[in-house]
Amino acid sequence: MSPRALSCEEVIERLFDYLDRELDPQQAADIEWHLQRCHDCFTRAEFERRLRDRVAATGTVKAPPRLQQRIRTLLDRFDESGTRQ
Amino acid sequence: MSLAGSLDHPRPQPHVHYRDATGANMRFDEAASRREWFEQRLAPLMDRLYGTALRLTRNPADAEDIVAEAVTKAWTQLDRLRDAQCFEGWLFHILTNTFVSEWRRRRCRPQPGGDDATEPSELDSASFTLFQQLHQPFLLWWGSLEDQFFNGLLQEDLERALDALPDAYRVTIVLVEVQGYTYEEVARLLGVPLGTVRSRLNRARCRLQKALWEHAREAGMVYHEGDGGTQR
Ligand SMILES: [Zn+2]
Repeated sequence: MSPRALSCEEVIERLFDYLDRELDPQQAADIEWHLQRCHDCFTRAEFERRLRDRVAATGTVKAPPRLQQRIRTLLDRFDESGTRQ
Repeated sequence: MSLAGSLDHPRPQPHVHYRDATGANMRFDEAASRREWFEQRLAPLMDRLYGTALRLTRNPADAEDIVAEAVTKAWTQLDRLRDAQCFEGWLFHILTNTFVSEWRRRRCRPQPGGDDATEPSELDSASFTLFQQLHQPFLLWWGSLEDQFFNGLLQEDLERALDALPDAYRVTIVLVEVQGYTYEEVARLLGVPLGTVRSRLNRARCRLQKALWEHAREAGMVYHEGDGGTQR
């Protein structure tokens, strides 16, 4: 299947669907084909990808030691009450 | 807040797609090895479980509660996990479900003074983009401000901007961008139509970018009209 030529507007419109991996392989390939050839859209896509990665990184925060301890205590309690298989 | 986890908690890849796969039932011969197996897999996921819970709840105490509850559920239901390879996705799915059921339960109760429970739809034009702000022609004299923006942007700035989003927006963007759920999975999890997921996501992104732009200007991270060119 050859890529379908998209306009910049069409690419920008579907950019987040592309970054969110919501597009089917053909649609994603069409976007990628355009991004490889269009500096403006590529720059925009890279910006959104970068920001998206930073948002994703906010989902990692050092778990407090008291939470780790709380979980150990909870598991101990289950162990004590006997593991029934 | 530091991103650097301790050495015994290596940071996993941020984007993981959780898809259930079938596999052989796991067998544990002894209770001790079962516990050991569980804790070994749990340990490297703790910072991500807690961070995800914190983004979903906005509140450290609530985040700790849902992580503890999810881990307990996982431990008691470990026999139901068919494929050890799916442990991570399975555990995060339990965490998400734990949060969502609690969240929906709370939203059913009248919220004192909060408009968070209602669908935030008014006044949200989904047209603002941070990219365009950073690429205005008059700014190009100073080159691209992207690097300046990203270098100046701290994790706590982003956390604050995310936490300031209305509940429905925040939860949607966290499920998609932090947890990697598909739109359809989010629709199913939250019990809303697919179109609602899409519009919440658009608006969440628009509001988030607006907030980050305002923050960048206030913090002097980017030059803007009226600064008299004092910034680079
Ligand atoms: Zn283009």
